[in-house]
Amino acid sequence: MTLLDQFQLLLKAANWPDWAVYLTPAVVGILLIIVFILTVVIVFIWWERRLLGRFQIRTGPNRCGPEGIFQPIATAIKILLKEDIVPEKADKLLHFIAPVIVFVPILLIFAVIPISEGAILVDLNVGIIFVIAISSISVIGIFMASWASNNKYSLIAGMRAIAQMVSYELPVVLSLVGVALVAGSFSMIKIVESQTIPYILLQPLGFMIFFLGCLAEMNRCPFDLLEADSEIVAGYHIEYSGMKFAMFYLGEYGIALAYAGVIATLFLGGWQGPLLPPLIWFLIKVFMIFSVIIWMRATLPRLRVDQLMSFAWKFLLPMAVINMLIIAIEVLVGTMQWLMIILNFGFAALLILLWSRLFTLGGGRVEA
Amino acid sequence: MLEQYGYVGILLIIAVGFTITIPLLPKLLQLIGLIPHKKNPTKSGQYECGMQTIGKNWVQFNFRYYFFAVLFVLLDMLTIFLYTWAVNIKELGIGGLVAVGVFLVILTIGYLYAWRKGALQWK
Repeated sequence: MTLLDQFQLLLKAANWPDWAVYLTPAVVGILLIIVFILTVVIVFIWWERRLLGRFQIRTGPNRCGPEGIFQPIATAIKILLKEDIVPEKADKLLHFIAPVIVFVPILLIFAVIPISEGAILVDLNVGIIFVIAISSISVIGIFMASWASNNKYSLIAGMRAIAQMVSYELPVVLSLVGVALVAGSFSMIKIVESQTIPYILLQPLGFMIFFLGCLAEMNRCPFDLLEADSEIVAGYHIEYSGMKFAMFYLGEYGIALAYAGVIATLFLGGWQGPLLPPLIWFLIKVFMIFSVIIWMRATLPRLRVDQLMSFAWKFLLPMAVINMLIIAIEVLVGTMQWLMIILNFGFAALLILLWSRLFTLGGGRVEA
Repeated sequence: MLEQYGYVGILLIIAVGFTITIPLLPKLLQLIGLIPHKKNPTKSGQYECGMQTIGKNWVQFNFRYYFFAVLFVLLDMLTIFLYTWAVNIKELGIGGLVAVGVFLVILTIGYLYAWRKGALQWK
């Protein structure tokens, strides 16, 4: 019974007409979701700047409001008042549509993420597949942006984006099979409820593969090859300015929030947790994941394209398949959960050690 | 069931409306005169680190991941079958695992062949 259903029953009891009973809770819920996304994204932007500043031994923005919390709002107002420059030779229509196509799928992902207990728009029985299917649409928008800009750098970025997407989609999808195996369902709520022990402990290898795959799909460091400021200037949004650029910028943090939410739901037990209310637990988990993402950005250098591709195809993909088979056998045999934790941590360490022997770093070039 | 997808549809409509409105806002503010709008040939040219663009920008070039794309399509099909097996693993039992095992062995042979042939090497 989600909050939406309860709202519907309430309206039905108040003798509202049928269409209003169906529409009103949905519209209210969607508006709440959008407000939630925008608020958390603004806090994310502030948090990334502050934390990155700390990592680089400086203070970061600290002038607007207490601890610089209003800095993202100041940035938003500034960016709203910027001139909207469209290149003369650009494909104007695609140039306009591209940010929309990047941003809409990100909002759609939140339809199946339970933000709190029962606070989910629709509990689809194909939740995981919905997330995977919808999230891969964004890359079309990125490619549209890069093509429509009529710029050589952005064209390279678009090609890289697709190469990256094509490679990292498979490990992500295959590592989630492990979750479906243990939970026995695709529905997000059932997956959260089945996690008496968070799945990060039951399948550490699956979590690592999914986390790295997500980093690649949200184009974060060390996989941000399509933005690579030092090689291709700014990548696909090089010709964008003003509010359209803000859409890409928001989209970048929006997708980070979406994937952090998915990771929290699938691997960290979602809203579950002792003492504190469910929403707070969800936010704590999301911020923990996002902080790790920022930490990786501050620590790791950017990968080269050939390293990126061989990492996906020669490391993550076989690992994901082996991880899936191990979990399938364990589920079939009916292994106790505590035994599964020990076994899977052992397997994860062993596999990573063995597989990394395949990659030799000779003169900085990865061969396998 | 269909009602649930109806909600996704409503979300889609609101999301598209919301995201189209945001880039249109500056256009509105431009009419009021809050946002500058001064045309300039240099400004509306392509950005290429200060240089004039040589030749056309929409050029043909080798994007290099043809083999990866083909392999992706092949293996993505695999995952569809695996998901349907994954949720019903308890009912399908050992038989299902063996079937998936045979399926994976065939794909592994193909995968290793591709690896040996150097299709997984970014050239």
